[in-house]
Amino acid sequence: MALKIVKGSIDRMFDKNLQDLVRGIRNHKEDEAKYISTCIDEIKQELKQDNIAVKANAVCKLTYLQMLGYDVSWAAFNIVEVMSSSKFTFKRIGYLAASQCFHEGTDVIMLTTNQIRKDLSSPNQYDTGVALTGLSCFVTPDLARDLANDIMTLMSHTKPYIRKKAVLIMYKVFLKYPESLRPAFPRLKEKLEDPDPGVQSAAVNVICELARRNPKNYLSLAPLFFKLMTSSTNNWVLIKIIKLFGALTPLEPRLGKKLIEPLTNLIHSTSAMSLLYECVNTVIAVLISLSSGMPNHSASIQLCVQKLRILIEDSDQNLKYLGLLAMSKILKTHPKSVQSHKDLILQCLDDKDESIRLRALDLLYGMVSKKNLMEIVKKLMLHVDKAEGTTYRDELLTKIIDICSQSNYQYITNFEWYISILVELTRLEGTRHGHLIASQMLDVAIRVKAIRGFAVAQMATLLDNAHLLTGNTQRNGICEVLYAAAWICGEFSEHLEDPMQTLEAMLRPKVATLPGHIQAVYVQNAAKLFATVLQKHEGETDSQAAQETSQLLIDRLPLFVQSANLEVQERASCILQLVKYIQKLQQKNVEVAEEVTALFAGELNPVAPKAQKKVPIPEGLDLDAWINEPPSESESEDEKPKAVFAKEEPKHYRSRNTEVDEKELARRREVRKQEQANNPFYIKASPSSQKVYDAPGVEHIPVVQIDLSVPLKVPGMPMSDQYLKLEEERQQKEKAERKKKEKKKKREKRGKGRKADSGPESEEDITPAQHVDIVTEEMPENALPSDDDDKDPNDPHRALDIDLDNLLSGFSSRPLADSEKLPVRTHRPEVLKSPAEDRVSESVPPETKKKSSKEKKEKKKDKEKDRKRSKEEKKKKKKHKEVEEELLESQPEEPVQSEETKEAAAPPTSTSAEASDLDFWLSSAPVPPAAQEVTVPSSAVETSSAAVPESEPDEPKDTEPEDTKSSKHKKKKQKKEKEEKEKKKKKRHHHHHHHGEAGGEDSVQNGTVEEEEPLPPMSNYSVLAENSFIKMVYDIQGNHQDESKVVVSIIFENKSDSFLKSMEFNVLDSLNSKLQRPEGAGPHDGLTVPFQLPPGVSNEARFVFSVQSIVMPQKLKGTLTFIVKSDESSTHEKLDFKLHFTCTSYLITTPCYSDAYAKLLESGDLKGSSLRLEGINMPFHHLLARICFHHHFSVVERIDSCASMYSRSIQGHHVCLLVKTSDQTVSIDAKCDEPSLLGNVLDELKQTFSKC
Amino acid sequence: MIKAILIFNNHGKPRMSKFYEHYTEDTEQQIIRETFHLVSKRDENVCNFLEGGLLIGGSENKLIYRHYATLYFVFCVDSSESELGILDLIQVFVETLDKCFENVCELDLIFHLDKVHNILAEMVMGGMVLETNMSEIITQVEAQGKMEKSEAGIAGAPARAVSAVKNMNLPEMPKNINIGDISIKVPNLPSFK
Repeated sequence: MALKIVKGSIDRMFDKNLQDLVRGIRNHKEDEAKYISTCIDEIKQELKQDNIAVKANAVCKLTYLQMLGYDVSWAAFNIVEVMSSSKFTFKRIGYLAASQCFHEGTDVIMLTTNQIRKDLSSPNQYDTGVALTGLSCFVTPDLARDLANDIMTLMSHTKPYIRKKAVLIMYKVFLKYPESLRPAFPRLKEKLEDPDPGVQSAAVNVICELARRNPKNYLSLAPLFFKLMTSSTNNWVLIKIIKLFGALTPLEPRLGKKLIEPLTNLIHSTSAMSLLYECVNTVIAVLISLSSGMPNHSASIQLCVQKLRILIEDSDQNLKYLGLLAMSKILKTHPKSVQSHKDLILQCLDDKDESIRLRALDLLYGMVSKKNLMEIVKKLMLHVDKAEGTTYRDELLTKIIDICSQSNYQYITNFEWYISILVELTRLEGTRHGHLIASQMLDVAIRVKAIRGFAVAQMATLLDNAHLLTGNTQRNGICEVLYAAAWICGEFSEHLEDPMQTLEAMLRPKVATLPGHIQAVYVQNAAKLFATVLQKHEGETDSQAAQETSQLLIDRLPLFVQSANLEVQERASCILQLVKYIQKLQQKNVEVAEEVTALFAGELNPVAPKAQKKVPIPEGLDLDAWINEPPSESESEDEKPKAVFAKEEPKHYRSRNTEVDEKELARRREVRKQEQANNPFYIKASPSSQKVYDAPGVEHIPVVQIDLSVPLKVPGMPMSDQYLKLEEERQQKEKAERKKKEKKKKREKRGKGRKADSGPESEEDITPAQHVDIVTEEMPENALPSDDDDKDPNDPHRALDIDLDNLLSGFSSRPLADSEKLPVRTHRPEVLKSPAEDRVSESVPPETKKKSSKEKKEKKKDKEKDRKRSKEEKKKKKKHKEVEEELLESQPEEPVQSEETKEAAAPPTSTSAEASDLDFWLSSAPVPPAAQEVTVPSSAVETSSAAVPESEPDEPKDTEPEDTKSSKHKKKKQKKEKEEKEKKKKKRHHHHHHHGEAGGEDSVQNGTVEEEEPLPPMSNYSVLAENSFIKMVYDIQGNHQDESKVVVSIIFENKSDSFLKSMEFNVLDSLNSKLQRPEGAGPHDGLTVPFQLPPGVSNEARFVFSVQSIVMPQKLKGTLTFIVKSDESSTHEKLDFKLHFTCTSYLITTPCYSDAYAKLLESGDLKGSSLRLEGINMPFHHLLARICFHHHFSVVERIDSCASMYSRSIQGHHVCLLVKTSDQTVSIDAKCDEPSLLGNVLDELKQTFSKC
Repeated sequence: MIKAILIFNNHGKPRMSKFYEHYTEDTEQQIIRETFHLVSKRDENVCNFLEGGLLIGGSENKLIYRHYATLYFVFCVDSSESELGILDLIQVFVETLDKCFENVCELDLIFHLDKVHNILAEMVMGGMVLETNMSEIITQVEAQGKMEKSEAGIAGAPARAVSAVKNMNLPEMPKNINIGDISIKVPNLPSFK
């Protein structure tokens, strides 16, 4: 036998092995392809032999050829053969080849299932390892489904080498077979605490990958990861965990607070740069999630910025790059701290490494202020001049525009300067961003009314010098600017000094070489200019000049009528006929100017880019329904104009059913294209710019190439530098003035004591050079909130968004259903199975896999056996672990140990058990969440009432002392799960109590109602207005000191994901009620809300109103304007509201003694009225509490079901009530010295109770 | 996740490619070419990160590479990997190769592609980092090597002898050609545990 083997190997001794193949290829450099094809023929021969060694050798060579780009999929079956060899050497070769070239489309892959299963359970750990490695590369949904259970068993293998591989591959299994996530998760979680660091690291790795896509499902693991973070020393694991926390903190700000300290420690202690960098990154994420509300974290920011500075200053380019990258994240929330490192960042702009320059550019965006904008842009302009290579220069150009236009041109103080910059940018050769400059010009000219005169003058010069922009054919991109120039000159032609000259410039024959869409704009705007010129001349009764103008148009327009571009043609011929008609009228001396101008009357308002998307779909309109049945083939393909705006528009019309119809559309498009290609009559679209050359009268004009290597100075154009100088002068002057002012102020201070608070004078308050009123963009009135973050439907991680929380709590409300059990191998002898049979069973789709009950039973048995075995293994393990295990694995129908039944049966609230566990863990953070609740009464009521369970089972009270103790020593907490659960309940209970007290306090404060049972929570805050960004609730209170003032407290809550700032509150005053504005403010000025709102945060502001008469309720109309700032954009928004001053709000709770009360009633000054309320179904003391709380009364006396109450208005009116109740009917007799006030108060009372 | 690991030389010739997502052979070659063009035009002393490999996954991914003598080692990773961590991983990979091949050079990789793959498989599995401890990796690789040898046994001996003879006669014995030592230690990163 041995001899035979030796003989066999001698036979193949002279076969080519891998080394020979490589050597051969290297020796045949000239005819490599030919040599390889002969090799492939040899390999094919070798694969036909029976000897497995020969086959393996052939497959090994194929792997090499695959790397060189040769398709080897034809050998897939041979690869499977080699994989199934019993020798490790060959098996490894087979699996390697499979991992390189198998994929989901490989059909033989389904033959491998049983082989892989066999290898997985092989006694040789390397067989198993090789199978796992291979499988990780080519796992398919079928393989994942069939092998999930085997792999899960391997997760508890005795050898850590196998365990870590099994854990890691589970991620791939989850991706392909999401149903396996829930059953496998408990064991995966358990592996986080595996004794072997490699296995632990693998588990962390997998959970991090899972959590990155669906972080909210893994929030409950935070305590465990926190423990790992503080105990682990493996940098890889630490980095992964820290990255994971970075993804979790945005969901739970309290987690961030807990993290800050250990992270800061790590930053200080670690020597590994990679760890330091990730820590800094996560601290930044935490700070972002905590946002501006935490002033005491400025130290952490400083630490981060300081460490990043060290990175940026490092000579290692890698660290420099990463430092800048992280810095840009800080910039978003804490621009101030980054701004101090401006010098460093500007320095990086000069770096030789382009990646670093680009990062530095990103940072510049956030560093500008009103003060330094001009200076920074000047620097960038210098770089633009220096930059070689268009990509970097184009990047610079877009950055300049981004920086200047950010948040609604917030930092531009001088728009003349900005226009000049834009004009200077048109000098860039060969840029692709002409349309960007153009749209900026248009935007500024439209929205900044004051600048129009200047802009028009500049654009007129541009038009006049158009030949400089279009002279070079390479500079085509920039001629888009002329589009803007022509439009601005036409639209705002009243500002033109010499419209005649501009008109002339626009009708030059050279214009015909421009792209079609620009010509169209030229023609249209020539007509507008014509109207202006006519009007001007008719004003001067200069009929000769007017007629000359008409003649000019009639002479020049035919050029455009002949244009190949339809749009140009149509407009030109239309306008030509119009002008001819006008000329006729002119010859009859008819005044036409007014009528011609009327053609272009009216102003265009800018529309917000999201406006179209936000128009709510009217009810009953189905946009997806066909209006007419679609024709089988559409006849025409619309040509896409290359216009500035037309290009952007299609984005807004994102079809809602793309997901479904994409394929169908693609197919139709393909068919249409085919048809068009075959149709000789179909005129194909071609780049319009090249076509217009055939206009007559142009081709004989030689195109002069102008060499423009020297920076171009267009005559008569102002240079932006001059503004810089002006700005410097202005700043100096201002400084001097400020000094003077300060002196003055000092003097004033002495005299006046305290100035009216107009807020601290900010440094950035620079008065703009022109009066600038930026027109806000229009939005539809009842716009819907936009949901922009729709996930990619093809993302495999979408399927993994599975709720794991209730699973973790063990006895969940949703235990693993039978269908969720992983498929288990049955006892059928697999040896008998031929591959063909196997294929049949494999190809059964998962839906039909619902096993017959018999099969199920069999499986269960199998599973039970499995468990028994595993139990035995684990007996040595710690006790609590076992309990946990038991809980996790127990099936609902199984008898559970008595302890556990108690637990399981107890609370209906256990659904949220894990979540509240997390709450508990988080609540031991330094700042208790309760503090927040106090400041936000209304939302607190909502949240806490949601948190309080409806029924609380009897709780063992004796754990109380232990509770307080262990909350201090949180490490002890991990000790026993059971104990913890009790604590949780305890805590909830506590919460409940606390609430009762709060309600009680309310009533005590308002009067002297005796407590009988806890009152429901009440709030006087009612909704003022809300939209998708902000919600306002308000309450009105009278002022004790001043009889004509009321205070309106408004809570602003940011509901959006964006930052809200520059909120301005304004109301339209009535004769009776006026908003108190600071001294010097006009009667229509709004008040600035003294804070900004990060996402999800709310805050309260108070406004004082003065009122004259208080006997009638009042309504004031008002508006809140604010800026919504998100990452990409910022928009102006406004919200209208009606402020309702009820008569109740003028009442102040005033205690009154019964004898004084009696005297008051006896005096006879009061007039009476009464009210009956039917069907009131609440305890009497609740009723009284409500009156006290909502209507500011106090109880004077109460006898059984009868009570007397008192209140007083801010102007001293007495209001007395006698409230009686008898089975569901409440009668209220009231007296007051002001009958109309009383009437209104009673109406309001009635309304309050009609609501309940 | 690591999306792909590529090794190619200064001329763009692939020496090893491992893709953790499936592409056709043509696309793979295209990716290698594109990556080579991106990486090779960069100076020696610029940063080792590159954004905008267009073919693999698009903008979310980064190329992280190191250049040793004649070879580029390029890892294409997504945002869940730590940049500096991957740089260290490349270092571990190269040092492991160095230990396993005893002064590794380009020819070792050319002639022993399967061995390179086997070493890599002990470090990265299915695109996720499996092991970063060099001694552990070497232990496992050596244990598998031993198994291979014992399996070959007597039967393998003649084949080995022939292969040795073949190598002796040929002028391009790997060690004879001075291609340069690729095991360059990078001093400025504190090593990673």
